[in-house]
Amino acid sequence: MNNEAVKVDEAAYGRPVPKIEPEAAPYWESLRQHQMKVQRCDACQEWMFPPTTLCPFCYSEELSWHEVSGRGSVWACVTMHRAYLPAYQDDVPYNVSIVELEEGPRVWSNVVGVAPSDIQVGMPVKVRYDDVTDGLTLARFVEEQSG
Amino acid sequence: MSGNKQCAIVGIGETPVGKLHGVSTQALHLQASARAIADAGFEHTQIDGLLTNQPIHDPMRSYSVVLAQALGLHVTYMTDLALGGATPVAMAQQAAMAINAGLCESVLCVHARNQATKKELPNRGGDIRDGNEDYDEPYGFLGAVANHALMASRHMAQYGTTTEHLGAIAVAAREHARLTPGATMQKPMTIEDHQNSRFIVEPLRLLDCSLVSDGGAAFVVTSAERAKDLRQTPVYIKGMGQHHPHANTAQARELSELGGRISSEQAYRMAGVKPGDIDFAEIYDCFTITTLITLEDYGFAPKGEGGPWVAEGHIRPGGSLPVNTHGGLLSHAHMEGMTHVTEAVRQLRWDAGEGRQVDGARLGIVSGHGGAGSMHTTMILER
Repeated sequence: MNNEAVKVDEAAYGRPVPKIEPEAAPYWESLRQHQMKVQRCDACQEWMFPPTTLCPFCYSEELSWHEVSGRGSVWACVTMHRAYLPAYQDDVPYNVSIVELEEGPRVWSNVVGVAPSDIQVGMPVKVRYDDVTDGLTLARFVEEQSG
Repeated sequence: MSGNKQCAIVGIGETPVGKLHGVSTQALHLQASARAIADAGFEHTQIDGLLTNQPIHDPMRSYSVVLAQALGLHVTYMTDLALGGATPVAMAQQAAMAINAGLCESVLCVHARNQATKKELPNRGGDIRDGNEDYDEPYGFLGAVANHALMASRHMAQYGTTTEHLGAIAVAAREHARLTPGATMQKPMTIEDHQNSRFIVEPLRLLDCSLVSDGGAAFVVTSAERAKDLRQTPVYIKGMGQHHPHANTAQARELSELGGRISSEQAYRMAGVKPGDIDFAEIYDCFTITTLITLEDYGFAPKGEGGPWVAEGHIRPGGSLPVNTHGGLLSHAHMEGMTHVTEAVRQLRWDAGEGRQVDGARLGIVSGHGGAGSMHTTMILER
């Protein structure tokens, strides 16, 4: 994976897109491949997000990328009723959640396919990859039916 | 205080607040500064330390040196501090440290902003990024309201806190503002008004959010020894604390408890007092949920029981712990915490006036809170 692989087109998405620092490129490339990878410290096995170059737990610089299951649960959730950028005007009201992946790390995302008012802390969810432009895939989540 | 020298706040200055047309951010800094220096009974040539915070609307490199020149100060210690709403309390702490280190004796701390009329002023641009934008903005997660709505989401899910509980905090702030000359919001507010206000980022409503304001405030810190023969009753800095538990909401260990617990424990220990000794509290209230979490973290109510506790009326005027006696960021003005400090000083000088003065107040606690619940500062002040 290299930085060249990830070029995102802000105009095509019409909303903010990540400006990808070198250490973050493998994350965004993994989403593009529809297999979420998250960094884990080789020395102490702690997971970390967002991507970094130094383990904040043990200060090892030996970090590697591991595919995660894409399953998790809603840790906190809000409904955006106001569009803070004109680009989101047609989207409100929409959910933003912090999803806790079953491996431990937490990510910001949207839980989709459910009315925002029906989304609750603790709800089990699984990833859905949205290719929003040729170069950018976002990891959104849908409710996972239990049992 | 555990340093060699105790320090005191000996001067306060405030500009009017609200919508101030045709006034630059620097002009507000100068007005607040001149008033604080005069209030202390100092000549500006007696100020030898300066602490500033980058004005949000008009950021510039090394603001303290720009302001030092504009104020005609020749200081032996200065710096900009950048802890968001935790900055004003951090300024008092930094001033005490600089005085104790022997770098200066009398420090001016000042901050002002033009958030209400920024569109009428030259657009200087230059937003400083927060470091998470690559990971939250593509999902439509932006702004301080959203970060604090996440805190409310956690608190409600864990403890059953309700939007009506948050409403009690907004109503108490409004009651205090109505006793404060010059406060922005003077219209009475009820829980029903709060419940009828629209969601901005659910579960937070419009009336859970702080104001958008212009204005500025300043205060002067000096050594207790120097404070003895000045104009005003000295207000001593008895305890200080800080704790900064995370940078962003997704990586926070928890959002229903923030830095206030460890920060206040440090301050209580330094001051040799406990929560029950405190007569009033000026709690940083960018949102109602911030007040609720901080009151619990400070030990005024057990964790998770803050909602029912505020609904009992403790924080209202005349309550067992009046909170934000000027109306706070919610109903007085959003001065990023500066007026929480100046109001605490006013209360401890017994200068707050009929109805608003906390009778016989001797000990007050002031909180600062910045970022995504990321940064917390505490100070305990004594008359």
